[in-house]
Amino acid sequence: MNEKGLLKRGQIGEVWRRLRRNRAAIGGGIIVLLFVFIAIFAPWLSPYPPNEGDLTKRLKSPCREHLFGTDPLGRDLLSRVIYGARISLQIQIISVSIALVIGTLLGMIGGYYGGRLDNLIMRLMDILLAFPGIFLAISIIAVLGPGLTNLMLAAGIYSIPQFARIVRGSVISLKEKEFIEAARAVGERDLDILFRYLLPNSMAPIIVQTTLRMATVLLTASGLSFLGLGVQPPTPEWGAMLSNARAYLITAPHVATVPGLAIMLVVMGFNLFGDGLRDSLDPRLRD
Amino acid sequence: MGEGRRPSILFHKGDGMGRYILKRIFMLLPVLFGVSLISFSLLHLVPGDPAILMAGEDANPEFIQAVRKEYGLDQPLYIQYFHFVSHVIRGDFGISIRNREPVIKLLKERFLFTVQLSFISILIAGFVGLIAGIISSTKQYSLFDHLSMVGALFGISMPIFWFGLLLMLVFSVHLRWFPAGGKGTILHLILPAIALGASGAAVIARMTRASMLEVIRQDYIRTARANGLREFIVIYKHALKNAMIPVVTVFGLEFGYMLGGAVLTETVFSLPGVGRLMVDGIFQRDYPIVQGSMLLVATTFVLVNLLTDIAYAFFDPRIRYE
Repeated sequence: MNEKGLLKRGQIGEVWRRLRRNRAAIGGGIIVLLFVFIAIFAPWLSPYPPNEGDLTKRLKSPCREHLFGTDPLGRDLLSRVIYGARISLQIQIISVSIALVIGTLLGMIGGYYGGRLDNLIMRLMDILLAFPGIFLAISIIAVLGPGLTNLMLAAGIYSIPQFARIVRGSVISLKEKEFIEAARAVGERDLDILFRYLLPNSMAPIIVQTTLRMATVLLTASGLSFLGLGVQPPTPEWGAMLSNARAYLITAPHVATVPGLAIMLVVMGFNLFGDGLRDSLDPRLRD
Repeated sequence: MGEGRRPSILFHKGDGMGRYILKRIFMLLPVLFGVSLISFSLLHLVPGDPAILMAGEDANPEFIQAVRKEYGLDQPLYIQYFHFVSHVIRGDFGISIRNREPVIKLLKERFLFTVQLSFISILIAGFVGLIAGIISSTKQYSLFDHLSMVGALFGISMPIFWFGLLLMLVFSVHLRWFPAGGKGTILHLILPAIALGASGAAVIARMTRASMLEVIRQDYIRTARANGLREFIVIYKHALKNAMIPVVTVFGLEFGYMLGGAVLTETVFSLPGVGRLMVDGIFQRDYPIVQGSMLLVATTFVLVNLLTDIAYAFFDPRIRYE
């Protein structure tokens, strides 16, 4: 690890070389790229408008006209799943960014200054972590109320402790290192030490956590929408689509199959890519 | 270490276990305080007059005033909080706004159901996860290893609610082996428990595999093998015992996550659990129900974590001195 950041050009090359040899990670990366591509180009890729249905074509099985079939309102499922990628990506990016920024700041401050401030921050994180899994997000929705914006906030707050803990751990292990002491000795300000020395050197675990969190946030957000607490109909969100499909499980199982498959593939993509990144950035962590 | 001596080891002078437990309990207090504060604040954070929120927007002014008085909403906040906590400690979570029953009565039934469901899930997850993890580690890079790790990837990537729907579609609708929902017999719980336990099984399998692989590489295992001990004894007597230490923590955590995640399974299979009670409470603006569910689930999770930490320290003495 060098003094001004882990990811110098030579090291990026080394990480990429290791990543390239990891077939699972490359597979995951391709799924993620495809997902982002579909999300960006949804209007050009989807054969029908996502919210326009034809009631004479309700619950049609997959056919040439509708590759994934139609839903209970006669809307094209393929188009809804394609537009759903947009909603999912939007939720993931915003939620993970909220957690990334707040969690990283809290972790850096706690880890660097230590003492009471650190204690206070970590106890706050413990309180958030006292609500198991999706239960924390549900509790936040209970306060904020259902809806897309609140869903993103809930999924974001839900992920703050993970970032805070990881960054804190990294900062604590780094702050006693010689290069930080040297920076202090030459009179660098705390703010510079935090953002020019400690943050760049903590990038590896932050990048890995960001990727893996994209998966968790998608599972949480679609779960909340499935419960009716997140994105509301007619927005084509995958979890909400599944909730709608429950009533038609016997007559039209494809309505439940397609959005679920989409969630699983994307989550899998981020998990594979995140695991691969972790192995490439720090090969010692493997197995 | 003789079995008969174990209880005394817990508080043996100088081994740090008693001090460790006290320290952990002490660390718990601010968390429980925070949890109670969040649950209490719920009613005051939601925009609007708490009395109107509880009475309903179209209630007449006399009723709103009565609710304000009944719930002490006219008192200063710190007094309200004090009342809230002192009632909760005595098991009084208030009265449900919608069906006028004591919250504790509704919570008790629903919570016990969720605990039962989570318990069956962790049993299934533990059984599948441990066996898959152990075999995978002893036959690293074999077909079984690859298949079980792919299975684990599916386990952590599949949404619980979707997996539940698929199980229902295959085993209830097509094969008719299990009922599609509701409660009554153990058969009603099998599919929901599998759906809820899948990701736990995956995490336990991965953790067991990684932990076993690390232990198998240690010198004392090599020595045991060199001494001519049978492979079965080396793995199941020597390696497994030490490899299980970090897995214990995962069991506790996963059980806790199941308590939280159960809400999704309960919704898919129309089961009367505490998660569902809370979500219905949110829709019906039945705040005492929501507060009670939040408090109960979070407190249980915190206590499960405490027990897990104590178990971990019991198995691995190094933890006590950190």
